[in-house]
Amino acid sequence: MLRLRDGIKEIIRKTAVSLPRDIEEALRAAYEAEPEKSPSREALSQMLENTQIAKKNSKPLCQDTGTPIFYARVPRELSFAVVEQSIIEGVRLATESVPLRPNAVDILTEKNSGDNTGLFFPEIYFEQSEQDTLVIDLSLKGAGSENAGTFYKLPDERLKAGRDLDGVRKCILDAVYSIQGRACPPYTVGVGIAGTRLAAAKLSRGALMRKLGEEAADPLISELERRLLLEINSLGIGAMGLGGNCTALGVKINHAHRHTGSYFVDVSIACWANRRSRLVW
Amino acid sequence: MKDKAAVKIETPLSEETVRSLRVGQKVLINGTIFTARDKVHGYLAGKRPHPEDMPFNLAGAIMYHCGPVIMEKDGRFNVIAAGPTTSQRMQMYEPFVISHYGVRGIIGKGGMSAEVAEAMMESGCVYLHAIGGAGALLAEKIKKVEGVWLLEEFGRAEAMWALRVEEFPAFVTMDSTGASIHAEVEKTSKERLLNLIQGR
Repeated sequence: MLRLRDGIKEIIRKTAVSLPRDIEEALRAAYEAEPEKSPSREALSQMLENTQIAKKNSKPLCQDTGTPIFYARVPRELSFAVVEQSIIEGVRLATESVPLRPNAVDILTEKNSGDNTGLFFPEIYFEQSEQDTLVIDLSLKGAGSENAGTFYKLPDERLKAGRDLDGVRKCILDAVYSIQGRACPPYTVGVGIAGTRLAAAKLSRGALMRKLGEEAADPLISELERRLLLEINSLGIGAMGLGGNCTALGVKINHAHRHTGSYFVDVSIACWANRRSRLVW
Repeated sequence: MKDKAAVKIETPLSEETVRSLRVGQKVLINGTIFTARDKVHGYLAGKRPHPEDMPFNLAGAIMYHCGPVIMEKDGRFNVIAAGPTTSQRMQMYEPFVISHYGVRGIIGKGGMSAEVAEAMMESGCVYLHAIGGAGALLAEKIKKVEGVWLLEEFGRAEAMWALRVEEFPAFVTMDSTGASIHAEVEKTSKERLLNLIQGR
């Protein structure tokens, strides 16, 4: 599977050095909307200029090239083990060639493995697919934004948030307020609502992979997404937390059935450089 | 946020220069800056090495919260990407580092605590906010790697790198009078939050 390995290496390079088109367009629109000479406009202008430089030089746009997270939908005739091996090899090669910053640290020895591989590193999730093509989605998730994720159990007394969508709304606003500008806004905000912690976390992370224009299928949820985007932007945190009108580019909510006794809301944050892409093989 | 013209500053910084800077000003930094993130901060505050045992003089220096991507080619180091990292992680060490070593400027992102603001007021130090994620753009402002300390011990992302910079852009967001844009933004966004979650 030499060719798959090289395809993965290439998709990692592309993801590290360039932004998805929808994100770049949203940043440009945010830049246009900020007042002349404001720090937030200057911040957005540097983000856009940075994106051009990175693409032109084919070098990482941020020094934190993140945790590589792969979502693979694998056709029947291909084994998970083969795909896994190709992904790990691709990560090793890309670390050297792009280059990526080595980010995988053994928590017992505190030693950095040097090649972005280790226990559960990169993160890889598999699904069996009925299609005959292999589809791999990749997210390079920076630590600053991963550290900003928050988790709520409803009801939440502090927020007076009950077990309903209005309670969910309060959690999400509180999560963004609490992070302020520390995780490089404007953010993409991913939300998972579910009855177990794992499901909620998985859903909120997956929500960050949706394109900005792609709304939730359920009209109640898509309405909440639109409302939250306006409300988050009214907080005034702004690009890089310097004050301004654009704190988030999008809010994406995924939901699951929940156990009668549980109601979890997980909030995942992507920094402005929400680096994600897809490889179809 | 009144003064819009960029102020050029040169390292090492004098106390007078630092005390004249105000929040909202844009600065362009020239001279040498020193990267320092989690491990270097733990080391400076924990091991407390004597300034004479250190290869770099931090008196009047600007420290940069940054873990760069650095490539080595033919024995020379090249900076590939070098944006700021989240400063919050360093704040428990920073008051000591500022007062003990005489650091006069901190470049980072996201701002730092009231305790750090106090140390900045006392010693004469400012917080300079760079644009997070702009690793490629900011790497272009770094003209030369002048030296490195603790490379063996901490690795490339965590070592202290001495970097020569030209016109490195940042905003003053915490100054030596105790003013902080971060505290201001937090206050106004809190009022708005309470409105959004209480009033319907």
